[in-house]
Amino acid sequence: MHVIESGNVAAANGVKLARAHVVAAYPITPQTPLTEKLSEFVDAGEMDAEYIPVESEHSALSVCIAASSAGSRPFTATSANGLLYMSEQLHWAAGARLPIVMCVVNRGIGAPWTVWNDQQDAFSQRDAGWVQLFACDHQQIIDTVIQAYAIAETVSIPVMVCYDGYILSHTYMPFEIPDSDTVDGFLPAFSPEYALNPAKPCNLNTVTLPDIRPDVRGDTAPGYMEIRHNLHTDMREALNVIKTVDEKFYSIFGRGGHCFIEPYNCEDAEYIAVCIGSLSYQLRDVVDALRQDRIKIGVCGLRVYRPFPDEAIRETFKSAKGIIVLEKALSYGYEGALYADIKAALYDCDNRPFIHNYILGLGGREIKTQQLLDALRQSCTIDIPVPQWIGLKM
Amino acid sequence: MAEKTTVLNLPEDELVHPGNRACAGCGLSIIYRIGLKALGRDTILVVPPSCLTVLQGLYPIAATQLPCLNVTFASTAAAATGILAALRAQKNTSTTVAAWAGDGGTSDIGLQALSGACERGENFIFICYDNEAYMNTGVQRSGTTPQGVLTTTTPISGKKQKKKDVPAIIAAHGIPYVATASAAYPIDFYDKIKKAKTISGPKYIHVHTPCPSGWGFNPRYTIKIGRMAVESGLYDLYENENGHFELSGPSQRLLKKDRRPVSEYLETQARFRGLSEARIASIQQEVDAKWETYRAQPS
Repeated sequence: MHVIESGNVAAANGVKLARAHVVAAYPITPQTPLTEKLSEFVDAGEMDAEYIPVESEHSALSVCIAASSAGSRPFTATSANGLLYMSEQLHWAAGARLPIVMCVVNRGIGAPWTVWNDQQDAFSQRDAGWVQLFACDHQQIIDTVIQAYAIAETVSIPVMVCYDGYILSHTYMPFEIPDSDTVDGFLPAFSPEYALNPAKPCNLNTVTLPDIRPDVRGDTAPGYMEIRHNLHTDMREALNVIKTVDEKFYSIFGRGGHCFIEPYNCEDAEYIAVCIGSLSYQLRDVVDALRQDRIKIGVCGLRVYRPFPDEAIRETFKSAKGIIVLEKALSYGYEGALYADIKAALYDCDNRPFIHNYILGLGGREIKTQQLLDALRQSCTIDIPVPQWIGLKM
Repeated sequence: MAEKTTVLNLPEDELVHPGNRACAGCGLSIIYRIGLKALGRDTILVVPPSCLTVLQGLYPIAATQLPCLNVTFASTAAAATGILAALRAQKNTSTTVAAWAGDGGTSDIGLQALSGACERGENFIFICYDNEAYMNTGVQRSGTTPQGVLTTTTPISGKKQKKKDVPAIIAAHGIPYVATASAAYPIDFYDKIKKAKTISGPKYIHVHTPCPSGWGFNPRYTIKIGRMAVESGLYDLYENENGHFELSGPSQRLLKKDRRPVSEYLETQARFRGLSEARIASIQQEVDAKWETYRAQPS
């Protein structure tokens, strides 16, 4: 069914189609219409799920952690300070290896208060042990939510589905809501290997020693460091799972095919602009304009931030002369985190391209197409110190 | 009427393994053993960081034979909510979900989540074992540490503030069952859990739990000291069922007999040695005034 709806409603439909059993959420702008829609689905009997109106984001993720530990498929969503309030639980969910899916409707972080879009919230939680996927439009939001459960439940690692607040969450665009039976064929019911069960008691997340230790039968159990190593190894394996899930999704629904990087006009590109989220679609117009001036430039949207798709990045960028990373987040005192990560991934290339960094759109500062045009033209012409700021009025 | 519970007819099934990591004379280990007998095998436990985390053992060995989810400090009641939601989604309405937290995990960092869960009417039993300080981290003051008590964060002049009345706070949510108990009266505690299991909605049981190492007394006196707290009228055992308040056995009997002077209880523990004579006298006055109100209530 094709509809014209908001990005938040696209996400809600994805959660409904994924048959989440337990939804826990606390209101925060611009996430609220998503959870409002889910409460409506549950109240109307359109969705067979428990809706828990918790008293905080910390509790929202606690409910999801416990529900997942008890063998159910949970969902929550948040933005900005709500995500930060969950921070302890983000690490707990990943450490406990729970396949939770959460939407992060990207918004700038206070203080000072802002409700507008940037990506500092999700980027600041980069190292929490979650898979981080980003959507560029409404169709990608609903498709990514469904895929996120398949990825999470295969690798037992929680997944964030991130999309830009307001720009995607509150705008209306056409998208297709896939058929429920087809989604059921793509995403089987959740059947965890371990779950809380009085018939088969287990003690989860107990105190774990620095070293390995035998159990009562004499079998060796891992220590804390082995458990962390396994999380890292499985996170790297998640790259393969993201690819496999995308291929399966493409074969059933005919959408996808760019699981790590979505390129535009990059085949012969000497310069490539790189960003995460809806900005990559705005940059397509800019690239088209520069092409008319015979500048061979393309744009790449990164769909996955963690695990970092470094091989795909090297493969895509290795022949370019220059890479221009634009990001709505900043590692204060250094540079953009995405820029630093991409720069590190390109270190092993035989012919390293130059790489520039622009910080833009923080706290919802308007990003004008002409500004992007000027910035990219500048980067294709002269060497500049990093990071540069777009739209800064000092 | 059901058979009166005694040590002779408690379930023989032991759900806590012997040889766990509790200190000698630990009040918690007494109520944990008896409490789990009352909860039974069809129970899922939720435990935040506390002495119980340690008592339960270190991975991959556990001292408890019930499924147990260890959770972050502030999240106990929310985690219980999540388990209940998952069980409902799986059409399981028979399994008991019991949260078991210390006084810090209940009255301080866990209070918001507990309040939220009580307001939502979650069908769980929340047990707070109150040893009146953060014992697991080395005896720091908590919201339920009594006034004047020496702890490692009130080391010289004692805690300045009064003990937070958590059962009253929880009762103010209008939940169907709030009770207090004591590790010195494990059968009373057992019966209260059994009753809680028959009630739908949030149930809260607050258990006064003597701690030899934190309170400064010989481990052999755990029960004796717990009884003195009740017999002096300092700590009262009661049930509040749908707003109906009733003193339980040991405290009920105090209505008709003389209470021990509070000084007898306070003298038994090193943590009270900073109390002046005047302060002890004023504690006695507060206890006397409280009991006057109990006596004035129509029973």
